[in-house]
Formats: sequence, C-alpha cells, structure tokens
Amino acid sequence: MKPKNRKYNNPVGQSRFTGLLLISPFIVGFMLFSFFPLSASFFLGMNDCGISRSEYVGMKNYIDLLTDNDDFLQAIIVTLKYTIILVPLKLIVSLGVAVLLNREVHWIGTYRTILYIPSILGSNLAVAVMWRYLFTSDGLVNQFLAILGLSPVGWYSGSISAMSIIVLLRLWEFGSTMIIFLAAIQKIPLELYDAASVDGCGRIRKFFNITLPQLKGVIFFNAVIQTISALQEFNAPFMITGGGPLKSTYTTAMYIYDAAFSEWNVGVANAASWILFAMSALIISLIFVVRRKTEERSK
Amino acid sequence: MRKKSSQLFTYVFLTILSVVMIYPLIWLIGASFKSNAEIFSSIWFVPKKIDFTVYKNAWENSGTYNMGHYFLNTFIIVIPKVIFTVISSTIVAYGFAKYDFPLKKFFFALMIAALFLPQTATILPSYVMWEKVGLTDTYAPLILPSLFASDSILVYMLIQFFKDIPQETDDAASIDGCGVLKKLFLIYIPCVKPAVISTAVFTFLWTMNDFINSLVYISSVKKYPIILAIRMSIDSTGQGYDQNKIIAVSVISLIPSIAVFAAAQKKFVNGIATGGIVG
Repeated sequence: MKPKNRKYNNPVGQSRFTGLLLISPFIVGFMLFSFFPLSASFFLGMNDCGISRSEYVGMKNYIDLLTDNDDFLQAIIVTLKYTIILVPLKLIVSLGVAVLLNREVHWIGTYRTILYIPSILGSNLAVAVMWRYLFTSDGLVNQFLAILGLSPVGWYSGSISAMSIIVLLRLWEFGSTMIIFLAAIQKIPLELYDAASVDGCGRIRKFFNITLPQLKGVIFFNAVIQTISALQEFNAPFMITGGGPLKSTYTTAMYIYDAAFSEWNVGVANAASWILFAMSALIISLIFVVRRKTEERSK
Repeated sequence: MRKKSSQLFTYVFLTILSVVMIYPLIWLIGASFKSNAEIFSSIWFVPKKIDFTVYKNAWENSGTYNMGHYFLNTFIIVIPKVIFTVISSTIVAYGFAKYDFPLKKFFFALMIAALFLPQTATILPSYVMWEKVGLTDTYAPLILPSLFASDSILVYMLIQFFKDIPQETDDAASIDGCGVLKKLFLIYIPCVKPAVISTAVFTFLWTMNDFINSLVYISSVKKYPIILAIRMSIDSTGQGYDQNKIIAVSVISLIPSIAVFAAAQKKFVNGIATGGIVG
C-alpha cells in the first residue's frame, strides 16, 4: 500500500508539511511587508488626506495624477527616459567588459575586484557626495576636459547634462552586472567555441552566434533587475541634482517622497506609489513577453 | 602577431578602465586633505600636505553628536539585521531547495514576484503601517523585516547553492537521526559557506548603503545612522566652505564597507561567481 503523501518527494521520514513550515517565515513576511502594504496602499490612495483630515474620494487621486498633474507626468517621463537610456548602456558595457575579462587575461582577479568595488559602494551617500564634487564647474571632470583641450560643461545647468551625471554614476557601478555575466560566460561549454573555430568562425561571429544566444537567460535576468532598480531611482537625483534643473531629473520616487513627506498628502502619495507599481509590473511583463518571443523564434 | 596585438589592446583597455573607475575614490581620499582652492585646481590626487586635523574635526563635530555615536547607531541596525537575514534566508532557501510541499510552485512564484517588486512602491504604505503601531522613529521597521527572509534575491541565491548538494547526503543524515534544523546547521550551512558569507556581506553592504528607509523612518537626530549624518553634514555646510570636512566625513563612512569587502573579498566574489546571480 502506498503511503498517502507518496507524491511529495521528500527526504526520508519528512512529512509534506516540513517544507511548508521551513518557508513559513517568507510567507508571513510577504503578507506583512509586501502584500498587505500594497493592498492597503490602493485603498489609502482613494483618500484625500491632510495633516488631520481624511476624506474618501474614490478614484479621483489616480485620475488626477494620470490626467491633470504635470509634475507627476513629468516625473514618469523622466523615470522612463532614464531607464531606457541607462539599462541598455549598462548591459552593453558590463557584457563587453566581461567578454574581455574572459580572454585569459592575467591578473583577472585584480581587474575584477577593482571594477567591482564601485558597485558595492555605489548607492552609499558618500559616493553621491563624491559625484557632486566631480561634476561642479571646476570639478575633476571639467578639469580633465580642459587637459584634453575641450571646453568645460555646465553639468548642473542643462537637462541633458544633469541626466548624464546620474546615468554616469549608475554606469560607473556596472561591476555587479559584469560579475554575473562573467560567471555565466565561464559556464559556456568550450566545445562550442572549438567547433566554431574548426568551421572557421572569427571572434565576432563566435560572439554573436555562440556567446550571445547562450547568455540569453542571464541577459534577461540582468535586464529585469536593472530595470526595476532604475524605475525606483531616488538617491542619486535626490542628493546630486535635487531633481533639477527644471525637474529634468525629478524621478517618480522623488515625487512620491515629496507628496508624502513635504506636502503630507498620504492619499496622493499612495496613489502615485500604486501607479509606479503598476507601471513596473507592466514593463516587466513586457520584457517577459519579449523573452518568450525570442525563444519561440529560436526554436 | 594579430593575436598578440589584440591581447595588448585588451590589457591597455582594461588598465585604463580600471584607473578611470578607481580614480574618483582615490581622489576623494586625497581631496579630504586639500583646501577648497586646492580641490578645484588640480586633477592630481596627492595633497600638498597631509594633516589629520580635518579628520579629527570631521569625527568630532558633524552635527550634535560625534561620528562614533552615528556609527554605533548604524551597527545597532546592521548587526541584528545581518544575523536575522542569514538565519531566516537559509531556512527558507533550504525549504524551497530540498523539500516538496503543497502549493510549492505558487509560493516560489510569489518569491520571484517579490524579487521584482519595486521597494519604492511599498515603502509608503509600510510607513503608514508602522506608524499605526507606533514604531516609526525606532529601528524596528529597519530590522524586523529581516526576520522574514525579506531579501528574496538572497534566498534565490542560496537556493541555487543548496540544489547542488546531493540528495544522498541528506538521506544519510536523516537515517543517522538528524532532525531538520540539525541537518541544516550541521550539514548544509558548512557546505554552502561561500553563499552564507555572501548573504551576510551583501546584507551588511546594503544596510550601510540604505538611505531611503533610514530617511523615511528615523526622524530624531539622536537615532541617526551614519548615512543620515552624512546628509546632515552636507545640509549644514553650504557650498563654499569646509568642503574637505564633508569629504572627510564621507571617507570615514565608507571605511566599514571597504573593510568588510576586503576581508571577505575572495570568498565573496567567488561566491557570487559560482552562485550565479546577485545584483
């Protein structure tokens, strides 16, 4: 006679509830710190709140934000623009450097560590302080441009250059993405490359016909992680540009923070949080769809 | 010949890139010893003279308390958080990797979804929740979530490691009469040491860097972690004077992260490399 829990393939002597018990901290944490806040947020977003008043207004906050709030719409556009510029750049740079590092370089460990350090310090405020100094009118970057014979740039005064400061900071932190690519590249079976060499493939064709397809999963993973963090960007513009000039680096996360903690309108801020959440979910599912499409094509 | 020259190019490129990447940090250390005029007049990092009074000033009076106070606050947050995260994440990862249970697929999907959840979207409703229970301006909102494996990316990494351990090891231990938790702590954790170290190091670094949570939850200066003290030192010093003091504060605040990274570097970087995935 088969035991009742036969279909659960567990280590000897364990019931099917052992696993459930082990992961229970995650379930409780998810309910408390993700599911509950997110659901509550949606309803909090239906109130018009001030410091000591709260009034139910239905979907008004959501509709106002999406149709009639220039600051918020501008913040969404800035965030999207920033994400679209940063993510592909960062993926290309980190993949490129990972490929170079993989070419049997001596001192690979040293290069890897040096290139990785910025990414672990990256979101620290001290680094934001440093970045602020680098781009002042007579800061390191402009001094360097002067040595090259180029004219100095007013980094903080133009909308494109201010955005570049933030993008460059995050690009400087490409190390963590690079390490993931490097580990994945090292797992590609060498026979694939050997066979290609026999067929007379050059380095560039090998990259496009072997490396890139083999890395599809990791590229996808990195793209998703980087997109999520770009959509949430707060520290860098908050500390370095203050969202300026003319709100050209004012991100959605900054809008939420200001709505909640400067204007104390918790209702609007929650509605904005929810719109950001919905937008992220939409973009991530879009990336998933693209991945499925490329997989179908390669079959 | 062609191979040689392309290899030379690789070295030149990587070396230039490394210098460009690391120079701002070296420059930052040098700049802490420079006068305002000197900071903005040369790209060379070596200061004209090295005088540690700036560090003494930075340590002693950044705001109302000295930096030791802010460091202490930071460690009151970081140390329990690291311990809780390591314990809760390994337990959860072990459950996912080695056990079969009802609705496993669903819960795993939930964990992946948590990975993709923008924190910015949940921070405000979480704040409202903590405010309702009267725990804002305490360290509870910063520390308690780590009891519940709140960083799913770390759980995900640990799962990859646990999966590599053969099932026979587990069965043998069960037959020898090891209980579930005994198995986890005596067999699994020693086997996946690099992953556990990575979990601890990442939690340490991320907590040191965590600005938005500290900013939102901690409002009294007395309880500020170091990251808010940096912000305060910038706000209280306008552009134009005492730049080197702000820079010195920044340099000091980076020391714990750099020290931990340096100490764990080898195990840590290899850990991520074998475990695959952590950003």
